[in-house]
Amino acid sequence: MDSFSGILVEAIGLILSWDPDVIEIIVLSLRVTLTAVAAACLIGLPLGAIVGAFQFPMRTGVIIAMNTLMGLPPVVVGLLVYLMLSASGPMGVLGLLYTPTAMIVAQTILVTPIVAALTRQVIEDLNSEYAEQFASLGVGPFDRVLALLWDARYSLLTVALAGFGRAVAEVGAVIIVGGNINHVTRVMTTTIALETSKGNLQLALALGLILLTIAVIVNGLLMAIRGTATRAAYV
Amino acid sequence: MSDKLIDIRNYTSSPSAPLLTARGLCFDAGGQRLINKVDLNVAAGRCTVIMGANGSGKSLLLRLLHGLIRPEEGTINWEGQPLDRAGRQQQAMVFQRPVMLRRSVAANLRFALSVRGVRGEERRAREAETLALARLETLKDKPARVLSGGEQQRLAMARALICAPRLLFLDEPTASLDPASSLAIENLIQGARENGTTIVLVTHDAGQARRLGDDLVFLHAGRIAETGPIKRVLDAPRSEAAQAWLGGRLFVPEKTETDSIKNGV
Repeated sequence: MDSFSGILVEAIGLILSWDPDVIEIIVLSLRVTLTAVAAACLIGLPLGAIVGAFQFPMRTGVIIAMNTLMGLPPVVVGLLVYLMLSASGPMGVLGLLYTPTAMIVAQTILVTPIVAALTRQVIEDLNSEYAEQFASLGVGPFDRVLALLWDARYSLLTVALAGFGRAVAEVGAVIIVGGNINHVTRVMTTTIALETSKGNLQLALALGLILLTIAVIVNGLLMAIRGTATRAAYV
Repeated sequence: MSDKLIDIRNYTSSPSAPLLTARGLCFDAGGQRLINKVDLNVAAGRCTVIMGANGSGKSLLLRLLHGLIRPEEGTINWEGQPLDRAGRQQQAMVFQRPVMLRRSVAANLRFALSVRGVRGEERRAREAETLALARLETLKDKPARVLSGGEQQRLAMARALICAPRLLFLDEPTASLDPASSLAIENLIQGARENGTTIVLVTHDAGQARRLGDDLVFLHAGRIAETGPIKRVLDAPRSEAAQAWLGGRLFVPEKTETDSIKNGV
């Protein structure tokens, strides 16, 4: 217990000292994750909205596929992206392996099905409420998707934050395609894994505390957004 | 007891050419025929009231006429041509439970205009004019879904009227509203009529039907039981179904071999 207290004190000291290496790791983590979530939203929001708002052949199959992909094992995604980006892979010429871009690609693949599947559910529910009114107003397909996405904005922020939560805590895929290279691709989760195996528990715990803090902030934001939206009857 | 259906084939509520014509409309759901061979002409500039017991198919008929659902059989013509998207864009509908977009009052109105491609100065002018018409100016920045039931229905009316429809379908727009809110809605309907909008109104309120309507269509179990000038039908109904309903009595007609409708009043 004493040793745990000691490690905890040292970890907190490390955070408060604003160690440049730690800051660099946090900044890279947030950069990779936020970019991946933004890319996943760009793909997943319209995709989920289209599947949620329209009937088409094989729709059920698409929904099953989207829901299944939500549980994609990160290491499998990491392996697939590695095979694509490795020197002998089809996209090897791009030279992206062991770069933050490769990590963004892997995280985007992981988060997009989450965003798309959750968006589909949100939009489907809203569309069932709006369908007759939209038909009466003569709303076209493009306007319908835009209107549904806008009116579901608060629920979709929650979806995006759920994607962020998944991405920021992810380790399996980014360690395979990023390689955990110091000052290049080292992010919080991969550093925790590495430093724990090396016995450098202070740094690992410091980063773990920061990850937890980010999770608390994200949840706080979620609550605040939902509170605002509920007061305006926007959810 | 048998339901003496009055022959309404080719009935036209006024000498003017019908704006909307329905012929042989049938609609089935769950193995039942819910709308059965309905023929109807909606004359331009008039207010046609549809009345009937719960489950008689009034709201369903309104949705069919507006093109929200497709009939199993029959045709709907708009000015003599099959009802299409262009025809529907000249119509609007207000539902019994208003559907409010998750936006402000003004944004709900702007949305209806933007769908019709009305933008810029014209949009701002029509928005301001309609807000004033529906007495919603002070509420324009409020989220639409926090308005009271009466205010929401006024907004739904305003959203329908802002596109200047030639035909307005109203599905029990004052159901569950207090007298003051009902009066506000009736004033909006009256204003629309004075501007030449043709109205098709579903209501259970005979007083409202008298105040607003010209012609009455009485539905019973998916069929038109009776139709005619509103005063005549309300004062001296000829069909047993209308007589029973207006007299507050239960009316269950006999089932005929050809009638697959499950009747219930």
